[in-house]
Amino acid sequence: MTYLPADMPLPAVTDDTRPFWDACRRHELVAQRCGGCGAFRHPPAPVCWRCRSFAHEWVRLSGRGTLFSFAVVHRPFLPALAARGPFNVAVVALDDAPGVRLVSNVVDAAPETLRVGLPLEVVFEDVTPEVTLARFRVRAG
Amino acid sequence: MKDAAAIVGIAESEYTKWGRLVRCTEYQLALETIVRAVEDAGLALDDVDGFASFSNDRNEFCFAATDLGVPEVRYAGMTWIVGGGGACAAIADAARAIATGTARCVVVYRAIAMGQFRRFGRALAGDVQGVRPQDAALGFALPFGLVNATVGMALLVRRHMHLYGTTREHLGHVATTFRAHANRNPAAVMHGRPMTLADHAAAPRIVEPFGLLDCCLETDGANALVLVGADRARDCRHRPVWVMAAAEGSGPRWGCGAWAMHYMPEDDYATGNTRTLARDLFGRAGIGPADVDVAQLYDHYTGMVLLQLEDLGFCARGEGGPFAASGALGLDGALPTNTAGGSLSEAYVHGLNLVVEAVKQLRGTAVSQVPDAEIALCASGGGIPTSALLLRR
Repeated sequence: MTYLPADMPLPAVTDDTRPFWDACRRHELVAQRCGGCGAFRHPPAPVCWRCRSFAHEWVRLSGRGTLFSFAVVHRPFLPALAARGPFNVAVVALDDAPGVRLVSNVVDAAPETLRVGLPLEVVFEDVTPEVTLARFRVRAG
Repeated sequence: MKDAAAIVGIAESEYTKWGRLVRCTEYQLALETIVRAVEDAGLALDDVDGFASFSNDRNEFCFAATDLGVPEVRYAGMTWIVGGGGACAAIADAARAIATGTARCVVVYRAIAMGQFRRFGRALAGDVQGVRPQDAALGFALPFGLVNATVGMALLVRRHMHLYGTTREHLGHVATTFRAHANRNPAAVMHGRPMTLADHAAAPRIVEPFGLLDCCLETDGANALVLVGADRARDCRHRPVWVMAAAEGSGPRWGCGAWAMHYMPEDDYATGNTRTLARDLFGRAGIGPADVDVAQLYDHYTGMVLLQLEDLGFCARGEGGPFAASGALGLDGALPTNTAGGSLSEAYVHGLNLVVEAVKQLRGTAVSQVPDAEIALCASGGGIPTSALLLRR
């Protein structure tokens, strides 16, 4: 059982983003780190927005993060969401990749328990045989 | 460019709830509105030699110029500023074309008949194709339910609530104030539909922190404006409204797709992405926020109005909520704002109707007239790359 229905839109995988999604399939959370200045970045891009180097490496992260902002969606904007009921969309700041945020969901928190600053950790949901999404659950502070 | 071009003609079609414009095509609505704006200016279509729009308006100038028999087109501009961020940029494009002598009479227009095409509030699923940069960005948004602007802007405003203590009631003051303006405006879709703070609080939740009454209308309608240079402006039918200054663009890292704008530096997150524009706008005009008599701010969501008020310097950062709650946005307030009802309560013409209302205020012909208004500020959609104008009579 995944947090959102299986017929939600799936990621469009490009050459720039493939390593991220491949890592998710291995249940690993990774981010790009610039080969020039060492800064992390997300979403994946061909070039570092700080030093403009095109060199980069992929770094495996701990998966720990903090809730940066969130919204609770009540209106089923997609047919796939018609039977889902309210769910959250979360912006998660990753603890060991400064400045990197992921748009995701917190899978195990009732809306009224969500608050900015909530400690989180990654969980992986295999939504199809080819696609795994990185979502988050509440982590004991 | 300061004061080199003036808005001399305006027109608005009838406004209806989305899908209720059935008497003609969206394209005809655009053409009718262009014709009426030129008439309003006291000019002829043979005078028109330029067109500008935004958000890739479907009613392309080449068809409009052909069907309206415009004898010579010398300028056609479609800004790259995103979606509803582009209304003021389209006016700026027209003013620049005039200031540089590229064209002499430019029409800015936008027509939206959602019922004939696509509702804006609908999610963009299925639009992922190819390997454009935005496809990659959407892959990090759509699967997680970040599927439209409502979700994207709710995330910005939630962060603002966390940082500054902004409340749902603060949002309610924006909604009810603009509704009160609309209730005085017979052309507004929400004319005759009063709203109280209790109504706002009780409205169905859409994307928390937004309820239904925090979200702009989905409507059908069109606007057009005509700009000419100083050599012709004073001969037109109405008092010219001069483009004092324009600014457009973005702060860092806001542009990762329409609603996937969650990667900017932390200090930018709970803003409307209008701070850099405010600096340029006031700098170019040589005035400050205190000189502005009336404001027209893109109100796709109540909370985004608060963020833009802060960005533009009308109140301190974090003070947008208390500023709105003080009554500042009302007709007798410190900064009467969205005096025709705005996108929340008049109509959603992608913010171009806000510029039309600013022109009426400076002509002195607005339904809810701010006495002796001399300077108006218009700002297009916050939270994305956007644009803004200072106009004066």
